[in-house]
Amino acid sequence: MSLRLTIIDQMAQVALEHGKTLAPLNDDLPLLDSGLDSLGIAVLVARLEDRLGVDPFTTGEDVQFPVTIGDFVRAYENGAR
Amino acid sequence: MARAEAQPLRHHIENTPADQFFFDRATTVRIDDLNRGTSLSGRLAELAGRSVLIATASQLTSGLALIELDGVARRITILPPDVDPAHLGALIANAEVDAAVVDSDTSALFPNLPLVVTCAPQIVPGKRVPAAGPATEWVLLTSGTTGVPKMVIHSLAGLVAAIPPQKFSETLVWATFYDIRRYGGLQIFLRAVLGGASLILSSAGEPIADHLGRLARHGVTHLSGTPSHWRRALMSPDIGKIAPRYVRLSGEIADQPVLDSLRAAFPNSSVGHAYASTEAGVAFAVNDGLAGFPAAYFDGVRDGVEMKVIDGSLHIRSPGTASRYVTAQSGPLLDTDRFVDTGDMVEQRGDRYFFVGRKGGIINIGGLKVHPEEVEAVINRHPLVRMSLVRSRQSPITGAIVVAEVVLKPKGEDTPQETQVKDDILKLCRDALPRHKVPVSVSFVPALAVAATGKLARRG
Repeated sequence: MSLRLTIIDQMAQVALEHGKTLAPLNDDLPLLDSGLDSLGIAVLVARLEDRLGVDPFTTGEDVQFPVTIGDFVRAYENGAR
Repeated sequence: MARAEAQPLRHHIENTPADQFFFDRATTVRIDDLNRGTSLSGRLAELAGRSVLIATASQLTSGLALIELDGVARRITILPPDVDPAHLGALIANAEVDAAVVDSDTSALFPNLPLVVTCAPQIVPGKRVPAAGPATEWVLLTSGTTGVPKMVIHSLAGLVAAIPPQKFSETLVWATFYDIRRYGGLQIFLRAVLGGASLILSSAGEPIADHLGRLARHGVTHLSGTPSHWRRALMSPDIGKIAPRYVRLSGEIADQPVLDSLRAAFPNSSVGHAYASTEAGVAFAVNDGLAGFPAAYFDGVRDGVEMKVIDGSLHIRSPGTASRYVTAQSGPLLDTDRFVDTGDMVEQRGDRYFFVGRKGGIINIGGLKVHPEEVEAVINRHPLVRMSLVRSRQSPITGAIVVAEVVLKPKGEDTPQETQVKDDILKLCRDALPRHKVPVSVSFVPALAVAATGKLARRG
């Protein structure tokens, strides 16, 4: 499964567990408009760390908080390099 | 330590600038209007000398009532918005409350109190009531306890002890993501009142984009929130709309990534994180842009504040600490040397100290407290679970998040697959607990360490 699909898959899983509805996703959509709130995003980041072995928002030289879905996916793509 | 008497809050607005306003989502109030009128339907005099519970739904009316009642009421108890209504009876009895200030949303809550006065953001003509008697006691509620919240007695002098003298010479606009009815938010409210500054209040449930839009429209210059509030703001595309000169974090551990991100987002602002607790008051602010605080803060007395570490826990003595709990059952608030044990665990690395968590393992998830024991109790209901340990895992988004380690009973012939057991445990948690208390992961371990006391060994 590609990185992007893994992330989207996990987003859907967290949304389901939290009783939230995921908005139609695209790269320019603000992450906070995706349907997940801060807690949902925190759970997503922890799940992805367990699965991918990387948390790009804690480690790394220049940590940037993700604003859009595109930012979020790119952080993992850069972290996986 | 001797406390200076503070002038009643009312005194501080006597010469306030005409352009000092309190804003919430719906309403704007000119503070100078309180010098000629009242928000309390003309009934302030009836509240004189009483123990008053401020129980309005809106932060704005709570703030107006505080200004009018300080120096007039014998005691003010400030009710935060998230208190379980089931605890109201005990809170009223313990604080000997004999009057409540309400607004239209809370007017029906107190049928048994002898006096209930409505506070409204429309200022009506009203006579001033001269301050009389000893200084008003301010009672704040703690968060993070199970059961009835502890009630902490402060004086206005103590609450404002950490606020530097301010001049009315420049236009300041304070805002807090925090509720002003909690200690951290109340500090910002008091800074605004003492400094003649406007104040932009948050509203529960307001989308972050709308809130940032309001902050921008009113020209926020000084903005305060927890690291979790700030992380949420940093993830909003509208963060660029605001340009505060001063950015303040408190209420949770400020880690380096959030400090660095705020510096990058606001290159021309000063970014500081402060440490305070409801019991201990404001202990210090750190303005060097680094997480943790300098070990030199333990040397001598700084701005009246002394600190020491006992068994890893930070202890504070200062003019800003509370004097006592309202009820003796809550225990002594100060030790014999008048230090408060904050319960916040610190660790020295090089020439700095860092916060590493709460004594007793209480986990703070974006401002929401979790007692590990309550989650463990739910997990332990599963018939295959021998024991469990719930602990915190670091999160870049909410500061911490809950994880669980579980020891299973010996496998029998018909024991289901581990993944099935894991799903069942998580389902139990989801059905019994609010979302933030549900473990993000469950891992099976062969054993858990038990301390000499017979209790689970909790790290950090």
